[in-house]
Amino acid sequence: MVIHSLKPLIVLGVAAAAAVLILLSRKRPNTREFWSILAGAVNFFIVLSMAPDVLAGNTLEIVLMSFAPGLSMTLRVDALGLMFALTASFLWILTTIYSIGYMRSLNEHAQTRYFACFAGAVSATMGAAFAGNLLALYLFYELITMITYPLVSHKDTPEAYAGGKKYITYLLGTSKLFLLPAVVLTYVIAGTLEFSRTGILHGGDPVLLTVVYALFIAGFAKAAIMPLHNWLPSAMVAPTPVSALLHAVAVVKVGVFSILRVILYVFGTGTLKALGLGMVTAYVVSFTIITASVIALTKDNLKARLAYSTISQLSYIVLGAALLTPSGITGGVIHITNHAFAKITLFFCAGSIYAVAHKSNISEMSGIGRKLPWTMVAFSIAVLGMIGAPPAGGFATKWYIAVGTMEAGSMVILLVLLASTVLNAAYFLPIVYTAFFRESQEARGHHGHGDELHHDAHHEDIKENPYIAVPLVISAIGSLALGFYPDVLLSFIRGIL
Amino acid sequence: MMDLLASLPVLSIIIFLPAVGALVIIFAAGKDDDDFVRWLALGFSLAVCVISLYLPLTFDYNNPDLQWVERAVWSERLGIGYFLGVDGISLLLVLLTTFTAVVCVLASWADIRFKLRGYMAMLLLTETFSLGVFMAVDMFLFYVFWEAVLIPMVFIIGIWGGNRRLYSAIKFFLFTFLGSLFMLLGVIALYFYHGKATGVYTFDSTVLLNYALPADAQFWIFIAFFLGFAVKVPLFPLHTWLPDAHTEAPTAGSIVLAAVLLKLGTYGFLRFSLPLLPDASATLAPVMTAVSIFAVIYGALVTLAQKDMKKVVAYSSVSHMGFVMLGIFALNAEGLKGGVLQMINHGISTGALFLFVGMIYERTHDRVIGSYSGLLKIMPFYGVCFLITVLSSMGLPVTNGFIGELFILIGAFKAYYLYAVFAVVGVLLGAVYLLWMYQRVFLGEFSYSGHEPLKDLCVREKLTALAFVILIFWIGLYPAPFLRVMDASLNKLVKTVEHKTSVSKGGSVSAVMIR
Repeated sequence: MVIHSLKPLIVLGVAAAAAVLILLSRKRPNTREFWSILAGAVNFFIVLSMAPDVLAGNTLEIVLMSFAPGLSMTLRVDALGLMFALTASFLWILTTIYSIGYMRSLNEHAQTRYFACFAGAVSATMGAAFAGNLLALYLFYELITMITYPLVSHKDTPEAYAGGKKYITYLLGTSKLFLLPAVVLTYVIAGTLEFSRTGILHGGDPVLLTVVYALFIAGFAKAAIMPLHNWLPSAMVAPTPVSALLHAVAVVKVGVFSILRVILYVFGTGTLKALGLGMVTAYVVSFTIITASVIALTKDNLKARLAYSTISQLSYIVLGAALLTPSGITGGVIHITNHAFAKITLFFCAGSIYAVAHKSNISEMSGIGRKLPWTMVAFSIAVLGMIGAPPAGGFATKWYIAVGTMEAGSMVILLVLLASTVLNAAYFLPIVYTAFFRESQEARGHHGHGDELHHDAHHEDIKENPYIAVPLVISAIGSLALGFYPDVLLSFIRGIL
Repeated sequence: MMDLLASLPVLSIIIFLPAVGALVIIFAAGKDDDDFVRWLALGFSLAVCVISLYLPLTFDYNNPDLQWVERAVWSERLGIGYFLGVDGISLLLVLLTTFTAVVCVLASWADIRFKLRGYMAMLLLTETFSLGVFMAVDMFLFYVFWEAVLIPMVFIIGIWGGNRRLYSAIKFFLFTFLGSLFMLLGVIALYFYHGKATGVYTFDSTVLLNYALPADAQFWIFIAFFLGFAVKVPLFPLHTWLPDAHTEAPTAGSIVLAAVLLKLGTYGFLRFSLPLLPDASATLAPVMTAVSIFAVIYGALVTLAQKDMKKVVAYSSVSHMGFVMLGIFALNAEGLKGGVLQMINHGISTGALFLFVGMIYERTHDRVIGSYSGLLKIMPFYGVCFLITVLSSMGLPVTNGFIGELFILIGAFKAYYLYAVFAVVGVLLGAVYLLWMYQRVFLGEFSYSGHEPLKDLCVREKLTALAFVILIFWIGLYPAPFLRVMDASLNKLVKTVEHKTSVSKGGSVSAVMIR
């Protein structure tokens, strides 16, 4: 049943209003941050309040305007969008608290611009989650690109500008060159852009449909499928909370979320099966999964390693859906949230290490686990989620996708899955080992030279910042909780399949 | 009261009020009364702008035909009439013109330092004649206004322009005048063809519309019209006057040139070429589409190479107007709708870009991109408004440019798949050159090679800038009223073209081509 509701619009409006209020209270940092937290909390509860209706099989809808038959601006909340919105809005609250600790302890400049753009980015992400058709999705997709540019280039250094330029070039270039024609062609072929559970592209010239599909996949470069992934590692010049929320949750997930929308709601599994495109997609993303993991192995910079891990994990989500089987789709969809919680924890931890210990390379992190116990325990929990080991949420993902490969009858993909699990372990476990079991350089120096004063001075320097530690512990717990209660996510699946 | 209002010749008032203003300025103001002249010009242009709002308020959205029609016989024997009317296609252009005039007066406030009386009078005359073109229904009257626009514009460029003003003014004059001569030939040919066949010699385009010309005559008249209209658009390779005229013209001259005068060309195609010459339009549509797309890409590539900000904006016009032509010659409802809307959008975005470039030029007399960096830090208000305009010009969603671009692309893809792919490349390049310019001028550490003080906008400048910003977001967020205005008239136009082509060719070849 379709329920007409203003709620989706209010969610967008609250975050957008927060951006304005943040700009207005630039002189009073505490008030400014209060707006962020308040908007985050309000948003989360409004999104949550839509859950009962959506889980009961309804959709909430508001048509903002209509230009022509089949061409309208519509916000529609269904199970897939709601799950994504819940994840993003919850993690926004955590990220805001974390940002306060991070930005203030590093004394970062232009914090007003930072928080305002952040709120704007969340608003646009909610818009993408609630987009009822391709037009609205395209609109919010583009807005996210533009509004996150100041966040990527935040540091105003040549390196930051270079990263930002790459970011804009990749994301805007692909969306203009591939996505826009894909949307237009869809309209020309189908006569509508509204999402439908059965897809809107039925029949038609198979070559043309294949072209449109390829344009979509290439156009959503936010999903970082190789070879259009290179912007993501470069975007790591951004402050860590940006990498955490945007480049592990909001921005990149909008990319994969959009691809899921196209696979499930524009083409529909039936059309894709008939065209034989599911398996092709699966192979393409399998390549990304393996290659990105191998590159991650070679990175000593923690954020760079996390970035390549993200590239690999995003392709899991697409892989699940591309299998076009119920279990595969389930695995892909729930991985949006599972990966979000685990990866944001990892980024939070990387930021914590950088903000309090000023270290960004893994080789320098020997023994850091003893100085930052909360951080590194949370890190270890999140690593479990990444590897897909029980009891973390990632296990459910792996399980469902593995079952999906069986349903699809593809041994190759199953092997890819297993190989990537090994690779995940290979690039994450050494970090945990280094942090807890390797002696720190200072300690080694201490044994060698007996310089106790020097050691103590260092030891005192490094203390966990509660604003930073609390959010990352919560997100780690969240990651575990999703493993213990997979039904939370699975209940959304009923509304999608 | 309403009866009295309705009985007034509102179109004539709108057309000639600026001309009256020009006379008042010349005769009533003293030679050095510059402030008085400014306020007079602002007063008249504002009055026209406000009066023109009467049109959308009383517009009948369901009526596809001409409204507020005024007709008077001019020459009975020659079949010339003073025949005015506005429909859904021209209404928005009329409003754009009256709005632009106000902006131009404001942009010239401190920019023009000598012979201000003459300048303001010329500006107002340009407004009168442009409005005349958009409202004329009689083809002879149309031609008169069309040529008349040239005169004040040539003066504006030639007297108040930059260093190479004379060269640019003469080039502008020669190109457009020669083009117009061909158009006049076309009009006369049409007049005699119709006269011979029906015995009625008339320039009334509503009468000419009912007569199906033979296809070969249509072809040649189309070519003649094309030469006249395409120079104004301007389409490659008839565009070379444009960069010169734009760079040499004073700021307001560039604004009026971009926002209004270029639209005369595309409007000519819409108003006359399509309905009067439907067969030729349909037959030549693929050629026109190819030419348009070439203009889109060529314009964008040349823009990329420019070092002068004003040239960037000028060449980007070639690309953007190519886009408008692409929409028009898709010959379907979506494409036409996008084309008309994009005419308005281009007027707003490019007008604003010229305004902004003019603002910085007024401060430093330097338009070279490489001279600046990090301006956003020194002039934040200016920088943000400039950014919004850049985003609108490159068609970012929620700005006006997106809606127009989307409709044009839908229309183009419906008509010709393969051609339209190239148009997409143009869309991409459009984003590249504008963002690149913005990045170089506004981002990074502040530096400026000259030594003039750089201050952010004053109140007058802020108001002008905000007017554009509001329009950009209004059309971007709520385009429905703008689209609704043109719906009925464009649907009728599409039907006319389809019907006439199917009748004259037995519904075979050309009807298929329109699909």
